[in-house]
Amino acid sequence: MMNLLKITRTKTESRFVQGLLIGVALFYLFLLLFLPIFLILVSALKKGFPMYVQALRDPETWVAIKLSLLVAIVAVPLNVIFGLFAAWAITKYAFRGKSLLLALIDLPLSISPVISGMIFVLLFGANGFLASFLAAHNIRVIFAVPGIILATLFVTFPYVAREVIPVMKAQGKDEEEAAMTLGANGFQIFTKVTLPNIRWGLFYGVVLCNARAMGEFGAVSVVSGHIRGVTTTLPLHVEILYNEYAFAAAFSVASLFIGLALFTLVLKHIVGFRLKREGLK
Amino acid sequence: MGFLIKFMQNKSKRRTILPGFGLSLGYTMMYLGLVVIVPLSMLFFKTSSMGFSAFWEATTAPRTLASYKLSFGVSFLSALINAFFGFIVAWVLVRYEFPFKKIINVLIDLPFALPTAVAGIALATLYSPSGWIGQFFEKVGIQSAYSPLGIVIALTFIGLPFVVRTVQPVLESIEMELEEAAASLGANRWQTFRSVLFPVLFPSLLTGFTLAFSRALGEYGSVVFISGNMPFKTEIPPLLIMTKLEQYDYEGAAAIAIVMLLASLVLLLTINLLNRHVSRRVNDELA
Repeated sequence: MMNLLKITRTKTESRFVQGLLIGVALFYLFLLLFLPIFLILVSALKKGFPMYVQALRDPETWVAIKLSLLVAIVAVPLNVIFGLFAAWAITKYAFRGKSLLLALIDLPLSISPVISGMIFVLLFGANGFLASFLAAHNIRVIFAVPGIILATLFVTFPYVAREVIPVMKAQGKDEEEAAMTLGANGFQIFTKVTLPNIRWGLFYGVVLCNARAMGEFGAVSVVSGHIRGVTTTLPLHVEILYNEYAFAAAFSVASLFIGLALFTLVLKHIVGFRLKREGLK
Repeated sequence: MGFLIKFMQNKSKRRTILPGFGLSLGYTMMYLGLVVIVPLSMLFFKTSSMGFSAFWEATTAPRTLASYKLSFGVSFLSALINAFFGFIVAWVLVRYEFPFKKIINVLIDLPFALPTAVAGIALATLYSPSGWIGQFFEKVGIQSAYSPLGIVIALTFIGLPFVVRTVQPVLESIEMELEEAAASLGANRWQTFRSVLFPVLFPSLLTGFTLAFSRALGEYGSVVFISGNMPFKTEIPPLLIMTKLEQYDYEGAAAIAIVMLLASLVLLLTINLLNRHVSRRVNDELA
């Protein structure tokens, strides 16, 4: 009896230790995570709600929003198509060099954003590899929108594939093979069998890729040239406003990203929960 | 391309009847090549054209060395801070109950989802001498923003989710029986933690530390606002690259980038060797 009591008591920590650890964890998160978010919201609304709305309706902010949307509209679908093809190849077949291919897909994640941007400057910039060709045909890539899109493509390259591959892998290929024997063609199998099965993973991949595409700062900063109203994406617009001491406006625009980030995170957990329920994770 | 795909096709294993192998793998490799491999190879192309002495000069200039040293130091320190506190956060989230736990668990990933520039301006404002937290540092005579300490703060913010998200799933998967056995054999709680739980958790902790460290080495957006960017004092390598690009010194920039790239690849390899299992699990979790 004594022993049993001792065991149950030593299975967890004393209330004091529990409280202390919870206190330390919450204090750490408060200082590092919650306070900055709180600061952004407070600073955005410091001059009142009308000023907040006005900061967001500023023509330059609108140009930045439109450019960021344009970048996302081009970059996300391209990475979705790639992600689906890559996931199909990787999860449905056995082939040589698969782990190398997986490692290469993850590669952009471990490269500094500044390097991700500069490689496109080396390729398309004024002293770059293709400089004379581009000049001859009067094409501008660097300090222009195409460069921003390319850098964003590179940075957001892995996200859809990384979300879809584990889900497609967990599904296996029995259903597809069954459809095949029933006479469905490749396109029918993909749209009628595979796509419905992976929809949640794909959906989250798209949202995550979009959040990253709209929020990329370092890589885009290198290739953009910060030409106001032409090559300033939303994060670059935040930087410019901040550097011009227009703090309230900078934080107002920044608050949009808080909304986007919260949406992405909540969705991540909903999708994770659904995948768990469907036994896919 | 066709030849390569033929080569990659593995005939020894049971083949599937599903169509589209050539198309899907071909497209995957073409896109990978165009978007990632070709642009990235420019880095090697550019540095190989500059000759060894110029490369050596660019990578070992005093200002460059100072930035490497700073970057390594602050990244290591911030990863260490995150290893310690991240471990506690993961522990608390898995083992205890407290108000708003679910919401807090969702918010842990915020540094991944927020643009680095947004984090940067918030932290710089918070820790500036007149900021909400910076004023307390100011009172005791410590400069928090525009100093290496500021960089450590920004990097700690960026690396926060890594350790939590690596340790959390491993901690969740530990069977209670293990601790019960230790307790029934007479171990007190601290002994159980030290000799039973911690050894199981350590590989994931190390993986999280390395991921945070590697991420910190390349970070730019959150640091640039809070660091003050003074050469020899608070200038990190990505910033030096920016400066060199602005001066059209592409070779110099590429040389510094290659060193950074190799450093992060070595770290990546270390993570994989350290613990294949843990890192794969974490990769799924973090994405």
